[in-house]
Amino acid sequence: MTLVKTTIDRRSFLKVSALAGGGMMLSFSWLAGCKPTPEEALAMPKEWFELNSYIKIGENGLVTLMSPNPEFGSNVKTSMPMILAEELDVDWKNVVVEQADFYPERFDRQFTGGSQGIRQGWKPLRTVGATARQMLIGAAAQTWNVPASEITTEASMLHHKASGKKAGYGEMASLAAGQAVPKEVSLKEIADFKVIGNSKKNVDGKNIATGKPMFGMDYTQEGMLIAMIAHPPFGMRVKSVDDTEARSMPGIKDVFIIKTLQDDYERAGFDTTTFTELAVVVGNTTWEVMNAKKALKIEFEKISDSTFVMNGWGGKQTVKVPGGLESTEGHKSRMAEMAKKSGNVLRKDGDPAAAFKKAAKVLERTYNAPFLAHNTMEPVNCFAYVTADKAELYGPTQAPDFVRNTVAARLGLPKESVHIKLPRMGGGFGLRAYGHHMVEAAVISQKLNAPIKMVYTREDDMTYGIYRPTYTATYRAALDENNNLIAFHVRGGGVPEHPIHANRFPAGAVDNYLAEGWALESNITIGAFRAPRSNFNAAAEQSFLDELAELAGKDPIDFRLELLERAKNNPVGERNDYDADRYAGVLKLVREKSNWNETQPNVHRGVSAYFCHNTYVAEVLDLSMQNNKPVFEKVYAAVDCGIVINPDAAKNMGEGGIVDGIGNAMFGELTFVDGVPEKIISISTA
Amino acid sequence: MAAINLNVNGKNQSVDVDPKTPMLWVLREHLNLVGTKYGCGIAQCGACTIHVDGVAVRSCQLPVSVMENKSITTIEGLTENGDHPVQKAWLEHDVPQCGYCQTGQIMTAAALLSTTPNPTDEEIETAMNGNICRCGTYLRIKAAVKTAATANS
Ligand code: FES
Ligand code: FES
Repeated sequence: MTLVKTTIDRRSFLKVSALAGGGMMLSFSWLAGCKPTPEEALAMPKEWFELNSYIKIGENGLVTLMSPNPEFGSNVKTSMPMILAEELDVDWKNVVVEQADFYPERFDRQFTGGSQGIRQGWKPLRTVGATARQMLIGAAAQTWNVPASEITTEASMLHHKASGKKAGYGEMASLAAGQAVPKEVSLKEIADFKVIGNSKKNVDGKNIATGKPMFGMDYTQEGMLIAMIAHPPFGMRVKSVDDTEARSMPGIKDVFIIKTLQDDYERAGFDTTTFTELAVVVGNTTWEVMNAKKALKIEFEKISDSTFVMNGWGGKQTVKVPGGLESTEGHKSRMAEMAKKSGNVLRKDGDPAAAFKKAAKVLERTYNAPFLAHNTMEPVNCFAYVTADKAELYGPTQAPDFVRNTVAARLGLPKESVHIKLPRMGGGFGLRAYGHHMVEAAVISQKLNAPIKMVYTREDDMTYGIYRPTYTATYRAALDENNNLIAFHVRGGGVPEHPIHANRFPAGAVDNYLAEGWALESNITIGAFRAPRSNFNAAAEQSFLDELAELAGKDPIDFRLELLERAKNNPVGERNDYDADRYAGVLKLVREKSNWNETQPNVHRGVSAYFCHNTYVAEVLDLSMQNNKPVFEKVYAAVDCGIVINPDAAKNMGEGGIVDGIGNAMFGELTFVDGVPEKIISISTA
Repeated sequence: MAAINLNVNGKNQSVDVDPKTPMLWVLREHLNLVGTKYGCGIAQCGACTIHVDGVAVRSCQLPVSVMENKSITTIEGLTENGDHPVQKAWLEHDVPQCGYCQTGQIMTAAALLSTTPNPTDEEIETAMNGNICRCGTYLRIKAAVKTAATANS
């Protein structure tokens, strides 16, 4: 049993109140981490600082749980409430889950991405569930006049064994609302979990299967207009728009050019540089606007080199954006040139140069990866209604907190006047961390003084990219005469960032280790994409280790396990960002489950293992060649991501990740010609 | 603009639109049936799948003008209570991740099973092949179609 406090700095982050119509509401502060500014503190009711989410228990026993994080398919809307329900001991059948709107004053980390939602919610959600349970127990103890310690709970029922008394949560809820919030509550032992670790169906499953409106794209309101943008190729900007024909088309209200970020705006967080000037068409319906958009005659002009200030994750820096129209051919030759030169040293252990000199065998391989587009199934869109004193936004976003700052700055409104509501998202994969669409929608609405929904066509969605960058990495390894790995060298680069995580495996397992990185500037914008950088490294580095094992004449799993053993017992260097035991654990598990040593005729087996974003994964893949094409027969995956809340949903994520990985490797390549993705060129000329 | 008479989910309705307007947008913006999704607009993804006289078709490339005198079914009209065997199987397998593609998947699967109640793996793959799911839920889609087929028989 773990005891946890419900106060931080003597301030409680829980508050109980009676529900109108009976029952209790326990409001709580999401992570108790709200940091109101002094002005905000004056302007808002006190409880807003403390309370950001709630559980409601009605007299009929129905429990409503608020899910604070935006849902894009990773199941947080189901799994977060499961954590709460566990400690509350509530019957899952009686649980209703609501999606919280965005209340930055009340939510500490309302961001979906970086794989941290569940981790951060773990303790506060458990504490709140346990508190509500304890208060219900308190109410029952008072009613029955028995010691609270003798009351047990199970599936929304309170039970006093000695007297045989029983009551449902609903019956005690109103009385519990009058109880003082306990200062300290105890959390369950992991072994006693009943909800956590037992698969629960997606709480929105039925709404999805029956087509209920739930996405930003589905939103509508009285008087709402539809807006679409037209943007230039990368490396250009909109010079002028001839809208004569478009304006005369049915249903068209207006055509204009917007500037989304002012030139002197200091970017931060998830602000991007992609196309800050756009042509906009506004009209009554999507179809009409789509047609008018095609009728625009837009003249573009080349941009010249420029810089902007980014107050980003790594502090303030000046970022250069080169002019010119970029193409994949150009990228490739420039990258090949760069790869020949040394990059910035990211980590160095021992004396790699000397070790390579005395090596018995050296292996060198280069791996390349193209730009990739997220292509979320739901194209980018956002509803906005901006009036003189406030802005209402409703649209898919993984990072409402960041975009709120940008929107407020751009509109000249105080932050608290920007209200963001969170729909379910039709996929995210990192794309929706970047809030340019919300700024665009807000600027368009402000100009028109009308409610608008801005919708990207699929082509816009693909060509207005925040892409996974194109990368390359050259790996070199040295073996001694006994086939021991004595040196490892990786030099990685990309446009416009390098992919290298220098402190990850096999760093720590090799005496002589060198990691270098270099980057080329570009005007093509990039961003997070399903585990940024790792999605390339995993494939490149693991392919290399496989070849290296072969060269060393060792079984590929044994070879990796040997290295991990070294990293565990006698690690090299100060900082190695992995736990060698857990790494080895998934490899051993996948070896067992895949019957690793069994072979099938014409089936090729490969193994890989990678750690990032708190999760260890090892996979064995069976592949055959049919008509000269690879066919994926089977994939075995062993995953260690810590405690799993909702196993079947986690499995779904894993399956989807594997499918998407294969899909991107086989078909995802996005190449550019003069600043335009080629796939789009072929779609529009088809 | 022209008045066009449609039969959608068993109801006769009239809309006054440009006859070239794709059925997708008539459903979503004129009839307020938003379960049919926009994914690509060029018949490449399947998110906009509806049934026309029982056959699965992509509504994004289907001008409303050719839809008179046809029986149109959208996800909202597939069943009254969401209990079509395909929908039930979808819940049983907890197929969706983000969910955006799933109504199109369900409509394609339902049409398949109405003509081929016991499809082989290959028939399932062929029928479902054009419905893209960016979240990669294909394994579950296939399993759910099989379950629905068993429930059917
Ligand atoms: S929207 Fe019709 S097939 Fe993609
Ligand atoms: S569930 Fe997200 S696209 Fe299919």
